[in-house]
Amino acid sequence: MEQVITAHKLSKKFGDFIATNEITFSVNKGEIFGFLGANGAGKTTAMRMLCGLSIPSSGEATIAGFDIYKQTEEIKKSIGYMSQRFSLYEDLTVRENIRFFGGIYGLSIPQIKLKTEELLGSLGLEKEANKLVSGLPLGWRQKLSFSVAILHNPKLVFLDEPTGGVDPLTRRQFWNMIYEAAAKGLTVFVTTHYMDEAEYCDRISMMVDGKIEAMGTPAALKQQFDAPNMDHVFYQLARGAKRKE
Amino acid sequence: MKAVEVNALRKVYGKEKTLAVDEVSFEVNEGEIFGLIGPDGAGKTSIFRMLTTLLLPDGGNAKVCGLDVVKEYKKIRTMVGYMPGKFSLYPDLTVEENLHFFATVFGTSVQENYHLIEAIYVQLAPFKDRRAGKLSGGMKQKLALCCALIHQPKVLFLDEPTTGVDPVSRKEFWEMLKKLKQEGISILVSTPYMDEAAMCDRIGLIQGGKLLSVDLPSQLIQKFPHNVFAVKADNMYQLIQSLQANALVKDVYAFGEYAHLIPNNSALTTSDLLHEMDKLNLQNSSASPTQATIEDCFIQLLH
Repeated sequence: MEQVITAHKLSKKFGDFIATNEITFSVNKGEIFGFLGANGAGKTTAMRMLCGLSIPSSGEATIAGFDIYKQTEEIKKSIGYMSQRFSLYEDLTVRENIRFFGGIYGLSIPQIKLKTEELLGSLGLEKEANKLVSGLPLGWRQKLSFSVAILHNPKLVFLDEPTGGVDPLTRRQFWNMIYEAAAKGLTVFVTTHYMDEAEYCDRISMMVDGKIEAMGTPAALKQQFDAPNMDHVFYQLARGAKRKE
Repeated sequence: MKAVEVNALRKVYGKEKTLAVDEVSFEVNEGEIFGLIGPDGAGKTSIFRMLTTLLLPDGGNAKVCGLDVVKEYKKIRTMVGYMPGKFSLYPDLTVEENLHFFATVFGTSVQENYHLIEAIYVQLAPFKDRRAGKLSGGMKQKLALCCALIHQPKVLFLDEPTTGVDPVSRKEFWEMLKKLKQEGISILVSTPYMDEAAMCDRIGLIQGGKLLSVDLPSQLIQKFPHNVFAVKADNMYQLIQSLQANALVKDVYAFGEYAHLIPNNSALTTSDLLHEMDKLNLQNSSASPTQATIEDCFIQLLH
């Protein structure tokens, strides 16, 4: 099985503070990996290292086969990233956003043209193509920004709380898009505060105070913690946290 | 007297006359926790801003503590506490300075109403000399709540106080709200998290500027007009895809570990369903009746 992420004892220190403390895990190709933890557990710091945006203090990791210390530019070309906070330029139209991100990801003009029509069609956004993104309902914006994040066919996509504030129907449609992309071989690394969404992941890791305290399939974690659902697993682990953000 | 009365309230934005709030009516009783539950863009913030006299309605009217939000806005402002969804304290003032500032603006002192915020403020006290802008998300949220409470408001308006907050901190926050309710404060709170609906005395489900339903959480569930089955198989994606196309099925959607299935015919039994699922070549499939949740209610209202 091809491993798209490998991390071995990966750490990041800020002065005396160990934000991420020797995390070790791997993610397989096509897997949906849920990266969970309380606010302040160290998820963002870990994600920034995995995206090639922050150099670790110690430990090793590879992303799509590239070294996290030396090949950060190659890493950035092999991954997509989407967060709830920032994903699209609101003052650009739908079409302009696709063109912009296509250009950033190094697609050629003909490729961008092809991708634009493909995307507008599959998302049903033909009529909105020349409207500003700010005027789109949040749900559509989220679907568009996911599609834009994987425009360049990356091996791996990072989704940072992609469904925050979205209505329950759109949230499910969004997960359908994730499943479809994963079935085609895309590896998905996702964070969420919705514990029902934790159940939709193939495997989950739970971070507490900078360390990965538990990892496994949702079923295995529930069994390990003798919990009826993921909510209870989360409570048991996060209640013990010493670090409050 | 009602804490809040909203009557056919409307708000329209921009040249395109987008209806952000569309004839919304509801009441918040005194000492009640009323939840406005709905996704981003539903109109929740516009309602909050009109009720806190920061935005003029384009139609309808509303009263807070019996006072009109347009004509008597000055009186209302002294009587309500408002915690906006976006952090709005002074980032360059310390925790303590922010609190003193808001107390003084409202003509009171921190000492006078300290009992109201004590349980929350003790968690902030170790950081009292830190600038508010340098606090973590959870601490900012706690400070904002303290500042909204320091003048002992009659009604508290909390706009998405738990968005982006992890499940454990969210639970703690709701425990704080219950204590405030015991102090006699009426609370209007909004949230996109359906599971928080159960913590409210009454809830209004809102989407696209329209109030879809107002009820007790338990009543809303009781009135749910369909049977619900929890179904499961090894390959959930395949399960949902194949059942969606089935004539017996009105709706099927992922629901945590299970998928929830709403049958077209209320006479459908578990064994009928299991029999149907046997035809689908699914590994380890199971089905059993289950209780609807607020999220099920919301999904059906959206259809």
